[in-house]
Amino acid sequence: MSTKFQEIAEITCQEEISADIFSMWIKTENIAKNAVPGQFVSLYSSDGSSILPRPISICEVSDDRCSLRLVYRVAGKGTREFSFLKNKDAIKVLGPLGNGYTLKDSSAMLIAGGIGVPPIVELAKQLHKKGVKDIKAVVGYRSELFLKEELEKYCSVYVATEDGSSGVKGNVMDAIREHGLSADTIYACGPKPMLKAVSDFAEQTGTEAQISLEGRMACGIGACLACVCKSKETDEHSNVKNKRICADGPVFDSREVEL
Amino acid sequence: MNTKVNLAGIELENPVMTASGTFGSGMEYSEFVDLNHLGAVVTKGVANVPWEGNPVPRVAEVYGGMLNAIGLQNPGIDLFIKRDLPFLAKYNTKVIVNVCGRTLEDYLEVVERLGDEDTVDMLEINISCPNVKEGGIAFGQNEKSVEHVTKEIKKIAKQPVIMKLSPNVTDITVMAKAAEAGGADVLSLINTITGMKIDIERQSFVLANKTGGMSGPAVKPVAVRMVYQVANAVKIPIIGMGGIASAEDAIEFMLAGATAVSVGTANFVNPNTTEEVVEGIKNYMDRHNIDDINSIIGAVR
Repeated sequence: MSTKFQEIAEITCQEEISADIFSMWIKTENIAKNAVPGQFVSLYSSDGSSILPRPISICEVSDDRCSLRLVYRVAGKGTREFSFLKNKDAIKVLGPLGNGYTLKDSSAMLIAGGIGVPPIVELAKQLHKKGVKDIKAVVGYRSELFLKEELEKYCSVYVATEDGSSGVKGNVMDAIREHGLSADTIYACGPKPMLKAVSDFAEQTGTEAQISLEGRMACGIGACLACVCKSKETDEHSNVKNKRICADGPVFDSREVEL
Repeated sequence: MNTKVNLAGIELENPVMTASGTFGSGMEYSEFVDLNHLGAVVTKGVANVPWEGNPVPRVAEVYGGMLNAIGLQNPGIDLFIKRDLPFLAKYNTKVIVNVCGRTLEDYLEVVERLGDEDTVDMLEINISCPNVKEGGIAFGQNEKSVEHVTKEIKKIAKQPVIMKLSPNVTDITVMAKAAEAGGADVLSLINTITGMKIDIERQSFVLANKTGGMSGPAVKPVAVRMVYQVANAVKIPIIGMGGIASAEDAIEFMLAGATAVSVGTANFVNPNTTEEVVEGIKNYMDRHNIDDINSIIGAVR
């Protein structure tokens, strides 16, 4: 009945795949079984001085649906602690949380920047599995690439880097223009300025865009009202123009939120 | 074994409640916790009209705790009565509605509206939120206004009234006595302690509101001390809260003089905390051969 699970998961693999970007596979009882692309989990520190969970997006679900791959950036004390975890170590996890992407049959363009890239890997996999013919990913990085090979298994990949070391020099929007890319549905995850540009692009081209937001969270399940974003219309739950990123999102239709 | 406690004539199955603002109206947590097992659910503050709350970021982690500046975002009393109360009515637990307002009239309007709602067992009046400019703490830091607000609310309230006190005062017993003099049935304390966090890399405040209310395990010793002081200053019962994350913490508050306890921030750390505290209290009673939980209230003198 319950869709969210609190578990002690076991780490089965941890590696640094780029500077300060870590990939961690964890074995879960129920979380992986129930996860869909675009959802996230809350990871808890074992240090009592760090009380709040760290929301981390789901990068991949193993084929046997027993494990989750989490790719995260070390951004502070909590994520630093996670990066030290080794095989067979345990970690407290709550999930799967939030609403994922709605997978459409139409042609898909997956746009992601930086640490927004991980969730589109599982998304590309599931779209591919669903039989969507035309899938492309446009991914932006500062310099060093990660998860590109994983994406290439399921779709064509276009790269942009800020320093021009790979692909188009600039951001994902530059890459989209340069290659003249378009699709029926856009799925995006990344920093707010990127999402804003993607939303504007979607509006100009009359494309549906599902964008994934992030925010400072406490509970992760919709109770504390910390991680709200502005909505264009009065939200049904909050009764004001606020939506909860953790519970109403993190994936929103770009037309329903103000960035 | 008796775990029942009594707050102003309202009998709670056990002393464990939720702290306002940390549990919504129970809906989100009902996926993890059987609300029937809790002494009471205390809802997030509700005002006469919907409130948008503060800009984000609204939360920040601090050592052993957190800061929040949600700003009492709430859907307003109309939707609350239509949606949240019917949900809570399905459960066999006591329902305490936390009431907030910018003016005394705002509070009175909500109190009046709730008067005819059978689902509501008690009212908790939030005169101690540090994150709103008007109302909230402005009413709770002056003894005359504490007494006045309490008195006016008591005149029209149909349910027993809990006044929620702020720790951000020189002497909390002065405010406690003022609320008692105004006719408060119960006191709850502490609300959060005003704090601040600065991001030294960006050289700016972490919270959009600059300041926020601190909660979590780090504030517990301050809260226990204040509960003890207030318990020795007034005759009305106290609901103790501030950093409770385990049954041991809850027992500590009860020994200091609290009749009931609230679990707040710990819900964010472990959504099952409330139920675990209920079970843990029973284990403690077992271990210490305690037949009646009431025997430990204020037992440390």
